[in-house]
Amino acid sequence: MFAFIVSRILQAIPVLLIVGFISFAMFAFVGDPITIMLGQDYTEAQRQALVEQLGLDQPFFVQYAHFVVQALQGNFGISYRLARPVGQLIAERLPATLELALTAALLSLLIGIPMGVYTGIRRNALMSRVFMMFSLLGVSLPTFLIGILLILLFAVQLGWLPSFGRGDVVHFSHWSTGFLTYSGRVALIMPAITLGLFQMTLILRLVRSEMLEVMRSDYIKFARARGLSQRSIHFRHALGNTLVPVITIVGLQLGMLIGFSIITETVFQWPGMGLLLVQSIGFADIPVMSAYLLLIAVVFVSINLVVDLLYFAVDPRLRGNIGR
Amino acid sequence: MNGVARFLDSDFVYGFKRSPVAIMSALVVLLVLIGAVFAHYISPHNPFDLASLDLLDSLKPPFWSTDGDPSFPLGTDDQGRDVLSGILYGTQISLIVAVCAIAFSLTVGITMGLLAGYFGGVVDALLMRVVDIQLTFPSILIALLVDGIVRAVLPRDMQAALELYVIVFAIGISRWPQFARTVRGSTMVERGRDYVMAAKVIGISGPRIMLSHILPNVLGPVLVITTLNLGLAILDEATLSFLGVGLPPTQPSLGTLIRIGNNFLFSGEWWIAIFPGVTLAAMVLSINLLGDWLRDALNPRLR
Repeated sequence: MFAFIVSRILQAIPVLLIVGFISFAMFAFVGDPITIMLGQDYTEAQRQALVEQLGLDQPFFVQYAHFVVQALQGNFGISYRLARPVGQLIAERLPATLELALTAALLSLLIGIPMGVYTGIRRNALMSRVFMMFSLLGVSLPTFLIGILLILLFAVQLGWLPSFGRGDVVHFSHWSTGFLTYSGRVALIMPAITLGLFQMTLILRLVRSEMLEVMRSDYIKFARARGLSQRSIHFRHALGNTLVPVITIVGLQLGMLIGFSIITETVFQWPGMGLLLVQSIGFADIPVMSAYLLLIAVVFVSINLVVDLLYFAVDPRLRGNIGR
Repeated sequence: MNGVARFLDSDFVYGFKRSPVAIMSALVVLLVLIGAVFAHYISPHNPFDLASLDLLDSLKPPFWSTDGDPSFPLGTDDQGRDVLSGILYGTQISLIVAVCAIAFSLTVGITMGLLAGYFGGVVDALLMRVVDIQLTFPSILIALLVDGIVRAVLPRDMQAALELYVIVFAIGISRWPQFARTVRGSTMVERGRDYVMAAKVIGISGPRIMLSHILPNVLGPVLVITTLNLGLAILDEATLSFLGVGLPPTQPSLGTLIRIGNNFLFSGEWWIAIFPGVTLAAMVLSINLLGDWLRDALNPRLR
């Protein structure tokens, strides 16, 4: 177990180093921060001061070492667009994105798994066909279109839900949460559905095909022969064995959710990291882009690691292979 | 029997004729394709001709509502541009971007896949490591970041002129690893076959073996992922344009049209965003269904 964890961590390090280097290269060589920050008219003294402040007069390796040391401390330079520290900007936006992604993931699990079990057990029932149609739509409709349609229906036509923003938030030292206020919870509904829909349909299809597979197997027949209840067969014996691929997908998709939240956040003007990134790209705000890239790499690598480790908890068959 | 007759008699065509879903999707794709290719002839108006625009025509609803104008069947936007014409021209631009991006992905992916699969060893290890790293991230995120970096590198005055190439490059570069991985897998299988050995023995050069002997034998699976990736590339372009980092309003793709229309949802002018959206969804859905069908039809194990 220990050797396995160490080898996985060792595999993750080169990925982070490469992404870190790309991130630094962007930071160091792309665009001209001086003209972006000062505009077209500036004096030589102003330019010199800024060059020194940003450390642009240092040699390449000094800049890289400086970048790594600073990045490890959560310091990613100053945003060209907002003239504020990038680390601080991202820290402010992180809670909004994480709350949105987690809510979307939970929603997709709580709705996707039961729908998948149902369509797997009663594959020809009318409801199963409805669910499958719905899942096809979820896969094919672009995220932003789903968001627009929801806004049109629930915000414009019916006026039930707010169409943008995060509602009122409660602040705890470094964290802000929308879960604790009514307007915060209401504002979360549409973005979470928009973001979670794709993953929900993915889980539905996955659980369904795994259930179809498992229900044909011998041990389910034996469980029937032993006279176990339907409920125990379906949920304990069958569902338990479908969970390994589901955990993989859900885990990997959690990273995807954070990536895809860019689109949802833009549609709903949700004040998270994704919206920050899109605004930064429009402005060629390289420090924010490079910090985002680095942060998302850390998130993805950690998620992959956790997913690998979770296998052990779920599938006893894998434990025999640790030595390999 | 000549080639055409043999093709019409094949299992492939037989299976196609018996699948209503495949026929329906092919029809939709064909319809969209005709509309896009002949946009200049079919469109009732030219949305790029500023002289023909009249602000008096702005924000007209579709023809079936009481204020509708039959010469603007799907209504107009705030500039008085015909929505239907916008959709036809927009589909054309969306398709051009997606097809060029996928062609770019294909070229890079097939080359890298052939090299990795044929030579193995260090080349393989290095290339596949890059593929692994890139596949860790969602492709839309890569496209977005590449787009952002290229924009930052280009001088301001050149950006507008190069917008189309930037987005093709960004989407293309975000999708090559899947092609590389597929081609590499099949190439490794083909490499050990007798005909490759024979070609080596009679002294045919490595590049020639890869291109004229191995490549034709690995194209089957590539065709399937090309179809599915084409649908995804259309969505990528629409998403980037919707986010405002894609094509500008002077060259509106479907994504740009939806972005423009999004500003009018609250004042009740839903048709500006919804009609391009429906077109986009129908097109991508049909391409996906066609791709699914193609995958099953080309996979002998599923027959």
